[in-house]
Amino acid sequence: MRDTALLSVRGLAKHYGAHIGCTDVTFDLFPGEVMGIVGESGSGKSTLLNCLAGHLDPDHGEVFFDTRAEGLRDTIQMSEPGRRMLGRTDWAFVHQHARDGLRMGVSAGGNVGERLMAVGARNYADIRTQAEDWLQRVEIDTTRIDDRPTTFSGGMQQRLQIARNLVTGPRLVFMDEPTGGLDVSVQARLLDLLRGLVRNMGLSAIIVTHDLAVVRLLADRLMVMKSGRVVEAGLTDQVLDDPQHPYTQLLVSSVLQV
Amino acid sequence: MIELENVSKTFTLHNQGAAVIEVLTDVSFSIKPGECVALTGASGAGKSTLMRMIYGNYKAQSGAIKVGGVDLVTAAPRQIIQLRREHLGYVSQFLRVVPRVPTLDVVAEPLLALGTPEDQAKARAATLLSDLNIPQGLWGLSPTTFSGGEQQRVNIARGFAHTYPAMLLDEPTASLDPKNREVVLQLIEQAKARGAAIAGIFHDAAARDRVCDREIDVTCFTPVAAA
Amino acid sequence: MTDQAYNFAYLDEQTKRMIRRAILKGLAVPGYQVPFASREMPMPYGWGTGGVQVSAAVLTPEDRFKVIDQGADDTTNAVSIRSFFERTANVETTTKTEDATVIQTRHRIPEVALSEGQILVYQVPIPEPLRFLEPRESETRKMHSLEEYGLMHVKLYEDISRHGHIATAYAYPVTVEARYVMDPSPIPKFDNPKLGDNPAIQLFGAGREQRIYALPPYTKVVSLDFEDHPFDPSKADHPCGLCGAENSYLDEVITDDAGGRMFVCSDTDYCEDRQASGHRGKDAA
Repeated sequence: MRDTALLSVRGLAKHYGAHIGCTDVTFDLFPGEVMGIVGESGSGKSTLLNCLAGHLDPDHGEVFFDTRAEGLRDTIQMSEPGRRMLGRTDWAFVHQHARDGLRMGVSAGGNVGERLMAVGARNYADIRTQAEDWLQRVEIDTTRIDDRPTTFSGGMQQRLQIARNLVTGPRLVFMDEPTGGLDVSVQARLLDLLRGLVRNMGLSAIIVTHDLAVVRLLADRLMVMKSGRVVEAGLTDQVLDDPQHPYTQLLVSSVLQV
Repeated sequence: MIELENVSKTFTLHNQGAAVIEVLTDVSFSIKPGECVALTGASGAGKSTLMRMIYGNYKAQSGAIKVGGVDLVTAAPRQIIQLRREHLGYVSQFLRVVPRVPTLDVVAEPLLALGTPEDQAKARAATLLSDLNIPQGLWGLSPTTFSGGEQQRVNIARGFAHTYPAMLLDEPTASLDPKNREVVLQLIEQAKARGAAIAGIFHDAAARDRVCDREIDVTCFTPVAAA
Repeated sequence: MTDQAYNFAYLDEQTKRMIRRAILKGLAVPGYQVPFASREMPMPYGWGTGGVQVSAAVLTPEDRFKVIDQGADDTTNAVSIRSFFERTANVETTTKTEDATVIQTRHRIPEVALSEGQILVYQVPIPEPLRFLEPRESETRKMHSLEEYGLMHVKLYEDISRHGHIATAYAYPVTVEARYVMDPSPIPKFDNPKLGDNPAIQLFGAGREQRIYALPPYTKVVSLDFEDHPFDPSKADHPCGLCGAENSYLDEVITDDAGGRMFVCSDTDYCEDRQASGHRGKDAA
């Protein structure tokens, strides 16, 4: 077992004026680990995710990431170009709404190829071959490679977004409600796909969701947030089956049984 | 292989007036490699709770639960996950899987997670499924649509896919016909023979007598106040 | 006379200084779009207000001025801008490329090679090469400053996937000195090779978009492409119908309603020069 954390977060805080976005967040994420962040709307889970991914500037704290190129770096102190470079190489971000993460006016192949071209790929045939390979991996018919995502269903758009993000072989994937807004049957297929990709690529992931079923299937461990603070953390099934904090007990007992 | 020292467990129900329920106190016992131990006691005595604590699913308030040298009470999530992947198997009474994943993949998954090549993992899964008399026509379907008995057998196949050195079995022979019951008991005997330490709950007394080396009555760990 | 009411070359001196500062900055950072406070000009946007302001800022009384519109000296736009500066700057004008010191152009680079000391002023409608792929100005500025140009190749990728080749035929994006990606204004890609290593100063003015950018003499300019789909500065595969030139950029002229057509040099000065020295094409009268 490797003992170097891929991501080390220390005392992270983000305030919106007097309001707490998130505060006092500390954790280590190890290579290959999938961590879920759950909590109700406004609990600070998306704020936290955006601070981690460099989309928001936190007010306090440190976020160390083990970069492929230069080893451990504080991504908050890092220059913006460096952070954006990470965003195209070592990191990936899967948005809840596929249209936030896709270029809707560009073909499926172009969407997948963009990250490759952004890191210097200049051979059309190679880019296209890789795009086809990734469409297959996310179960999109390769004959749709030249179609725009506007002609795709919601589930296909989400799968395309995932392909677009994973094509450069990132090491850490941030996901913001990846199954939100999808039909239940489409969700199941997407979850299974994500599980397979995470395992086969050895990805680490941080998944923000309010859906406890999603974290039970995908996440190794869990952080429960309330009012900007982490109230409980631990192994996913332990937190869900034997919750210790009053809020977690309420959250778990509020899920409808089917 | 499995060692418990002065383990206790309470549930605090914060949303029901912070009621504190003491379930188990001062549990100590150990199970050696090749040994199968039955946990007994009346319903509600805490057999399943104890099993879940050994699996790391329930959190112990105090004491130490060591499996293969790892203390589940203090271990980090990733250590517990590694332990479960490599050393500690659990056959629960209920099958919990991703919908729409074919049965063969469900059974092969513990091996795939260990990095076993896909063809080998699937071959092992196929052997187990045919031993447990799941018709081959069903292997490509998701087990979520199967009957209770079939689901239980898929669950057992999955649990025995990898040769774990420590195993927890929760009613492995419940709802099985005699033929399949025999297959499961043989699987348990094989696991013992290769040196697995096993803790199990068996309501089936004949099965218990056949595979278990001794019994631990969980009732003796139940706090007096609650009894 | 109203002429005396104007400062030399129409613009007031403060405005000229402001534009010259933008030009100098543009020359110092080749390919970088310098914002400037574009003035109202006595013509509509889209008719070359950017080019006119740049020309006005660089013209001196000794200059000889030429204006071309799609290569031609005699189209409305070219004629009116030429007369505008005849009147407001009283400068000499010419149609001869070699004789001109300042050439304002829309959509072409003259066929005759330019020389040191000449200034070529381009009229630019949309200076931002990333605009059609990324509509947010805040984002495109960041992309330029951080040199994030993957998106530019996405555009070319889309071309190939749709047409089998890079179908962008004009306003073909270039990389300047291995740094900034630049829109060369809607010149045909046939003219792209002339952008690089050119002895003349090249200035680009976008009036409505309020941007000025520049290529100093002998700048390295590379047209974007893929290894397996290299840049190809193609043109219509015909000789000029009037002067017989094989290597000039051609306009297709429809001559009747029965499908009759001829190809003629788009650079009228070049074509006339060749005809004057005895070259004849198959359609020449």
